[in-house]
Amino acid sequence: MALYSEVVMDHFRHPRNVGVIEDADGVGEVGNAKCGDIMKIYLKIEDGVIVDVKFETFGCGSAIASSSMATEMIKGKPLADALTLTNKAVAEALDGLPAHKLHCSVLAEEAIKAAIKDYYDRHGIAYDSAQFPDCGSCEHCHV
Amino acid sequence: MIYADNAATTRMSQSAIAAMLPYMDKLYGNPSSLYAFGQQAKEALEDARARIAACLGCEAREITFTSGGSEADNQAILSAAAAGEKQGKKHIISTAFEHHAVLHTLKKLEKQGFAVTLLDVHENGIVAPEQVAQAIREDTCLVTVMYANNEIGTVQPIREIGAVCREKGVLFHTDAVQAVGHIPVDMGADNVDMLSLSAHKFHGPKGIGVLAAKRGTRLVSLIEGGAQERGKRAGTENIPAIMGMAAALEEAVRNLDANAQKLYAMRDTLIDGLSAIPHCILNGDSTRRLPGNVNFCFEGIEGESLLLLLDDRGVAASSGSACTSGSLDPSHVLLAIGRPHEIAHGSLRLTLSEDNTQDDVQTIITAVREVVSYLRSMSPVWRSLMQGKQNFILK
Repeated sequence: MALYSEVVMDHFRHPRNVGVIEDADGVGEVGNAKCGDIMKIYLKIEDGVIVDVKFETFGCGSAIASSSMATEMIKGKPLADALTLTNKAVAEALDGLPAHKLHCSVLAEEAIKAAIKDYYDRHGIAYDSAQFPDCGSCEHCHV
Repeated sequence: MIYADNAATTRMSQSAIAAMLPYMDKLYGNPSSLYAFGQQAKEALEDARARIAACLGCEAREITFTSGGSEADNQAILSAAAAGEKQGKKHIISTAFEHHAVLHTLKKLEKQGFAVTLLDVHENGIVAPEQVAQAIREDTCLVTVMYANNEIGTVQPIREIGAVCREKGVLFHTDAVQAVGHIPVDMGADNVDMLSLSAHKFHGPKGIGVLAAKRGTRLVSLIEGGAQERGKRAGTENIPAIMGMAAALEEAVRNLDANAQKLYAMRDTLIDGLSAIPHCILNGDSTRRLPGNVNFCFEGIEGESLLLLLDDRGVAASSGSACTSGSLDPSHVLLAIGRPHEIAHGSLRLTLSEDNTQDDVQTIITAVREVVSYLRSMSPVWRSLMQGKQNFILK
């Protein structure tokens, strides 16, 4: 059996939405180079809808695939929908991840939330901070 | 496929396969059986033992067959510890970048009250004999230093370390898994008391190895049962694998110089080609390293994605990246030579064999250059470095 599913390999080999949005409305970066993964998500938002999304990732195959899949899942969606995206949904859409790679899908969820939070902060939009977990509290990055 | 992961395992040589087949087919007797058919297997076993001993510079009776390098390392260290404990000596000296077969065995002994000193291996990945001399105490029962490192290929001054140990009367073991069959190894000249090797690293079969221990070294048995291997390793001997190992070792030793010359040339071409990539570094001393070993770190990328994309381009390689192993920490070897975590994550190990060609080397260089450049183009770390928002660690 291969290390990764066909879907993971497809998204790793042909990542969707790679790049930078120079005039992004919200940018989120999570992870730590010491741990071996960093994800950065750029959002373009119009009327509460994510009209464009790009990502940059430093990390393993599943980190790149998770970023790619997560950006596809939120593109064109209202922010309220994007906020409900879970790491579980990302991992399922990838047809599963090896147990020790599940944190990659967690990073994808957190990167998107961090970007949306950044958008809210920049535009003075009120939000419930409980919706946004603190990446630093995650046990993954313990180095 | 270009196979460039010969430190992981090697293709079996045709002579090794040919040597094994009769013992799987017609000559299947048990060497412990008294009838002629069994004794025929016994003779083959003892002949292989003598030939292997001749390749290692020891006596046939000093060879114990094991399931491989890990078992041999375990047995060597636990034997020395058992002997030391009887004399009240519970201190062991090793290095920070040993194979886990050594390090995990030492951890186990620490829990049993042994003190372990792990010597620094410096940025060049080489331990100095003086460090060993300074670390030896009244209660030191063993010094265990690998002959050559499995990740970065650096070759240790084994002969000089052995001389220090001999002078101080301390038992000396070397994990020579990566060295035997690739560089000259001679237990006598190298002042080595115990040596571990594994056949599949020199074109022999998997699942077979040797613990060579100088006469007078008391071995403890890890596997209890029958009286095979002088009672030091129970279980019916794996005759086909032993015959394959003997043939592979003789062939490797016979061709050692010619293979090494060819490999040194390919290795240095590969090192030169990869050094041209910006912001990378060769891990380990550039000359005191195994003939086929190349190991680099590339800033701004992660090793597993590098390996997967190289695989797509038909290059089979390895990494000390945490993500390839399932642990979060990158290679203990790269950390031991002082690479920071974020650099150690971006590592690549290419280990060539004499089967490779200069054309392979050129293909590998092109593939690595392209893949590194591609992964950097999507790396937020690389962007931040290029924009001057953080400083490069590697020149």
